[in-house]
Amino acid sequence: MRPWARLGFWLPLGAVFVWGLVVLLLREDTLRETTFTLMMFVGMASSLNILLGYTGYVSFGHIVFFGLGGYFGFYLLSQQGLWLLPAAVGGGILSGVLAGLLGLAVLRLRGAYFALATIGINEAARAFVSNFGPFGGATGLFVNFQAYQAYGGAGPALWTTFMYLWLVTLAVLLVSALVQGSRFGLGLMAIREDEDAAMVMGVAAPRAKTIAFMLSAFFPGIIGTLYFFKNGNVEPGDAFQLHMSIEALVMIMLGGQGTVVGPALGAVVYQGLRGYLLTSPLFKSLHLAMAGLFLLLIVLFVPAGAVGWLRHRFPRLRKVLT
Amino acid sequence: MFGQLLSSLADGLLLGFVYGLAAMGLSLIWGVMTVINLAHGPVIALGMFTAYLLFTQAGVNPYLALLPVAVLGMALGLVIYGAAVHRVLNAPHLSTLLATFAVNMIIIGVGTAVFTTSPHNIDFSLGSFSLGPLTVPFTRVVAAFAALAATALLYLFLYFTRPGKAIRAVANNRMAAELMGISSTTMLALSFGLGTLLACLAGGLIATFFPFTILSGGPYELKSFVICVLGGLGNPLGALLGGLLLGGLEGLVPAFMPVSWVPVVEFGLFVLVLLLRPQGLLGAK
Repeated sequence: MRPWARLGFWLPLGAVFVWGLVVLLLREDTLRETTFTLMMFVGMASSLNILLGYTGYVSFGHIVFFGLGGYFGFYLLSQQGLWLLPAAVGGGILSGVLAGLLGLAVLRLRGAYFALATIGINEAARAFVSNFGPFGGATGLFVNFQAYQAYGGAGPALWTTFMYLWLVTLAVLLVSALVQGSRFGLGLMAIREDEDAAMVMGVAAPRAKTIAFMLSAFFPGIIGTLYFFKNGNVEPGDAFQLHMSIEALVMIMLGGQGTVVGPALGAVVYQGLRGYLLTSPLFKSLHLAMAGLFLLLIVLFVPAGAVGWLRHRFPRLRKVLT
Repeated sequence: MFGQLLSSLADGLLLGFVYGLAAMGLSLIWGVMTVINLAHGPVIALGMFTAYLLFTQAGVNPYLALLPVAVLGMALGLVIYGAAVHRVLNAPHLSTLLATFAVNMIIIGVGTAVFTTSPHNIDFSLGSFSLGPLTVPFTRVVAAFAALAATALLYLFLYFTRPGKAIRAVANNRMAAELMGISSTTMLALSFGLGTLLACLAGGLIATFFPFTILSGGPYELKSFVICVLGGLGNPLGALLGGLLLGGLEGLVPAFMPVSWVPVVEFGLFVLVLLLRPQGLLGAK
């Protein structure tokens, strides 16, 4: 059966489509800002899931592609005067190519060694960008306010950015669902379960892993460019926050790794929870500790995440929740 | 120029001993149970704050305070192992990474609420001595010797005592060790405790010469990863050499390029070593 013949294939896509459409129709600025943050994390978590959930490689460096791709896209936009969409795609392509090159080397490492290498890459990239002249060094880059005029002023520019982000989020979910249902995706899952056995069964593991890595790196580059364009500036501290990589991991764990709906759901729930903890007077000063405790409980007792648990508990739902 | 190079190199090498001590804990835990302890940094910071509180509240000499710091480190490790690590020990790597990271968040969250993030420091000095172009504070020298002593003790413990040998047996082959009547749970908990004990000790020593916040453990945790890979993951004694290597590098690099390039060199080297010689420059175990 083709993946798109199932109801579960359309569920996350339809939900995000309607969600974005409603925000576009209501045209409220605060709603757009919160939705922007949420969708950004949905996109980040879902793209990381292609590598982590399907292939089983833990990467702490997902934010590198967000940062470097975003930097490059922003550079194209602010210094070379490129239009937003081509600049964002340029950022994505840079991230993808970079992942391909890195992947050829780093993906030979397995398990914890790979995870450690990605931490190293994250730190090295941050330090490199702080010292790299064309990217503005430690102060970063700014977009001239005039640039927004080309999009009909600052307000409409933000709406355009939001619309692009919405489309990118849809694209991430589509790719994630297509990969999951394809022969290529089955190969990735075989690698996740037992890489040696998968290779014996004829899965070209090095190539499959590299493609998965490139796919998962392409989207953060686009999202990064859009995010920095919305902010109007980019600086190294902002672009390479190791904790954002880890937050994306938490979202995937929360929702359920290796599923399409899981990471998206996890992103929305995690952000909602964080917002609640940050604003509630009782937990305000302890929000980080509470989030940590919550994460610990999930890891210890519900390792398959919400969607994984539901699928296990109610087999009928397996058709709907993919 | 030469004098400057020499003094920055000596500075780096002396710090390297302490880096090595911090990394040793991480390496021990990895060697025994193949867990990367992402709560390593906050544990180092807790060592700093314990020494700080003992010094400011009770007036305890910071070096005497290392004893209670070590006891607390061991207790902390046993608690973390029991609460977060034991249950996910045989689960995929992601689970142990996230479980220890959750502990990291809890410690930093509570620490921020209690100590805030403004810097603290232990106002303590032993003076310094000069040797040609070198000026070295005595606190650095004492810290280096303390790190050496701790390494020697760890070596003696692991190779010449019964529990030490049992820990090595469990690291080698958990199933076989169990069949020989060794309780692997006890040994795993003990080695986790030893790992955090070493981290706390390193924190207590660092606190005698640098100001710190609850977040200060982070950079040392990252350095510990680099050192572990240089010295061989799971080889606690190699960690000391790895620490010296990194300290020396930190002393040498600023002589040839701006200081801000140091992390690029460090982490570039780290990734390179992982790729070309994942067992470490000195070999694992």
